[in-house]
Amino acid sequence: MWSFFHKLGSPPWLYRISGSILRWLLPLTLLGLALGMTWGLFFTAPDFRQGNSYRIIYIHVPAAVVALAGYYVMATAGAVSLIWKMKMADVALRAAAPVGAALTFVALLTGAIWGKPTWGTWWVWDARITSMLILLFLYLGVIALYEAYDNKEAAGKACAVLSLVGTVNIPIIYKSVDWWYSLHQPASIKFTGPSSIDPSMLYPLLLLIISFYALFTCCLLMNMRVGILQREARTKWVRKLVGL
Amino acid sequence: MTAPGMLAFSGRLLRRQVVLSLRRPVEIANPLLFFAMVVALFPLGLGPAPATLASFAPGLLWIVALLANLLSADTLFRSDFEDGSLEQLLLAPQPLYTSVLSCVLAQWLVSGLLLALLSPLFAVMLNLQPEAIPVLLLSLLLGTAVLSLVGGIGAALTVGLKRGGMLIALLILPFYMPVLIFGSAAVQAVITGVPATPHLAILAAMLCFALALAPLAMAAGLRISIDA
Repeated sequence: MWSFFHKLGSPPWLYRISGSILRWLLPLTLLGLALGMTWGLFFTAPDFRQGNSYRIIYIHVPAAVVALAGYYVMATAGAVSLIWKMKMADVALRAAAPVGAALTFVALLTGAIWGKPTWGTWWVWDARITSMLILLFLYLGVIALYEAYDNKEAAGKACAVLSLVGTVNIPIIYKSVDWWYSLHQPASIKFTGPSSIDPSMLYPLLLLIISFYALFTCCLLMNMRVGILQREARTKWVRKLVGL
Repeated sequence: MTAPGMLAFSGRLLRRQVVLSLRRPVEIANPLLFFAMVVALFPLGLGPAPATLASFAPGLLWIVALLANLLSADTLFRSDFEDGSLEQLLLAPQPLYTSVLSCVLAQWLVSGLLLALLSPLFAVMLNLQPEAIPVLLLSLLLGTAVLSLVGGIGAALTVGLKRGGMLIALLILPFYMPVLIFGSAAVQAVITGVPATPHLAILAAMLCFALALAPLAMAAGLRISIDA
C-alpha cells in the first residue's frame, strides 16, 4: 500500500502508469458515452409533461454531478500536496481545475438551454444556479492564482490552500436545493429511499454519470501527463522520451 | 530577556498595527471616502426617487461596504511584507495563528468597524427605513469582520505577487457572496416585517467559523508567499 503511495510521487512512473490506464479507459469511456447518449436520446420514452426537452438531463445531470465531485478531487490533491509535499499532487490539482471549470460551464449552459422552453427564462438567480456559478468562479480563481505565480512550486501550494478554503462552499451547493427550495428541483436520484425518476429513464442516466466520471478521469490524466512533461522537461527521462 | 507570551505578543502586535494605521489617516479615510462616493453614484444612476432608492438601499449599502472592504484587503500584509517585518513575524516563537488574528483585528478596527459606524448616515441618505438601521449596523459589524478574515486569506496568498491587486478580488469575491446574501437579507427582513434574527445568527455563525479556520489558511498562505 505505502510503496504504491510513494510511487505516485515519481513522475516517470506516474507518466507510464497513466499511459497504460488511458489505453483501456479512454476507449471504454467513449463507448460508455456513445451507448448512454444513444440510449438516453433515442430509446427512452418522452416525458409526459416536458416532451423531448427533458432529454438534456442526460448531459446536464452527469456534468453537474462530476463538476462538484471534481472539486473534491482538486481539494484532495491540494491536501495531499500540503501534507505530504508531493509535487505530483500539484500537477493533479492544476490538471483538475480546467476540467472541472469546463464541466461546470456545461452544466450551466445546458441548464440555460433547458430553462428557456421549460421555465420560460434563460437564467434565474436560484440558489442552486447561483451556487454553481460560484463554483465556476472558484475553479477559475484557482487557475488565475496558479498562473499568477512564476514559481510553480509555490503556485501549487497556494492553489492547494485556496482549493481547501473553497471546500466550505461545496456542501452548501449540494444542499442548496433542499435548503432554499425555489425553481430548481431537488435531487431525483436518491441512494436511500425510492428515486422519483422512472427506471427506464434512470438506467441510461446512471450509465452516463459513470461515463462522465470516467471522462473526467481521462481528461485529468491527459492533462496531468502534459503537466508532468512540462515540469520535468529538463530531466533525462523526458529528453529520452521525446528523442533528444 | 524572555520572549513575551502569546497573549502579550498579540496585544503588542495589535497595538503596533493600529498605531501604524493611525499614522496614515488618509489611508484609513480612503475606503470610507470610496463608500461615500459610490453611494452617491446610485441616485445618479438609478434616479433620485426616494421609493426606488429605499427599496434598493439594503443591497446597495451592503455591496458598497463589500467593495470598500475589498479595496483595503490587499493592504493587510503588503507593507509588512515589503519592509521585512512579516518575515520576522513568521520566525517569531509565538504561534502565527494569533499573530495573523491580531493583524486582521487591527485592520478591521480601522476599516470594517468605521464603515459599519458610518453606514447609518448613508442609510438615511438612501432613504432606508429608520427601523432597519440598527440591523444594518449590526449586520455590517458582524459581516465586515467575516469579510476581513476571508480577505486576509486572499491577501496572504497574493502578498508575494507584484500584480496581486486584481487577482485578490477574483479569489475572494466568491467567498464574499454568502456574507452578502445573509447581510442584505437581514436588512431586507426588517423592511418586509419578518424577524432578522435568523440571518444575523447565520452571520454570527459564519464569523465563528471564519475566526476558527481563516487564521490557519492565512498562516499557510503567508508561509507559501514568503518561501516563494
